[in-house]
Amino acid sequence: MHGPDISWYIALAVALFAIGSLGVLLRRSPLIILLSVEIMLNGANLALIAFARRLGHADGQVFALAVMAIAASEVVVGLGLIVAMSRRNLELDVDKFRTLRG
Amino acid sequence: MAANVLVWCVWVVAAFACLSSALAVVSFRNPFFSALALIGNLASLAVLYLLLAGEFVAAAQVLVYGGAVMVMFLFVIAYLGDKTLQAPWAGGPSWQAIGTVLAAGAILVEVIVAIGLTTSGELTHSHPVPRTFGSPANIGRLFLTNHLLAFEVTSIVLLVAAVGGVVLGHHARATEDALGGEA
Repeated sequence: MHGPDISWYIALAVALFAIGSLGVLLRRSPLIILLSVEIMLNGANLALIAFARRLGHADGQVFALAVMAIAASEVVVGLGLIVAMSRRNLELDVDKFRTLRG
Repeated sequence: MAANVLVWCVWVVAAFACLSSALAVVSFRNPFFSALALIGNLASLAVLYLLLAGEFVAAAQVLVYGGAVMVMFLFVIAYLGDKTLQAPWAGGPSWQAIGTVLAAGAILVEVIVAIGLTTSGELTHSHPVPRTFGSPANIGRLFLTNHLLAFEVTSIVLLVAAVGGVVLGHHARATEDALGGEA
């Protein structure tokens, strides 16, 4: 197969991970933080699949599928927490959650 | 050679869509439109997986992420009911926005060409893969032989997450009833 080398995919994965971590660090809405975490997971997935193609083993694709399952369960728990917060009439702003502060 | 150029064109378009939609997810003010942008991100990533001979992963990406997970996201966002339902592109695109997108695309192409001219041929797809690489049969065989433990543990994690979601929803309803009883 011709086309882009593996390093291009890795660079793209790094950029995706960086954008996602920027979103996690900068945004305050928990919904957008969850979406940014999804972007970070997808960056890691892209790196896994790119290395699977480079090395000729499909193991990386198996790992990527496992990461997808973990991401789905993380979304379930995160969205459940957000719905529970909104039902308690808490403002959806992670800077204002101080209950767990030590 | 023509196939090579075609693969490059598809890669550049998918990478540009991927990066710009990721930036849109992070920068949009309204979570609803962020979630819509994330669907574009996931779709362009599926195209990249296809270029990397990951057919089954690309299909799972579209079905699981673009389907199930994003429907759940959009449902919760609609349930929470954000009042500022103003589309980021309402009122038509401004000249600044169009210029920004075009300039970002041009810079991306330029960076890609610059990197490609200096590093081409150092890391190639040296390992030829068989036609069945990444097919559902191959992935399924790996899951049920080499990675059986990971497969089973993943199913347990999914079960625990489902139970956790139910418990969280039930708990929230119980507190809401308690608050309603007091009022």
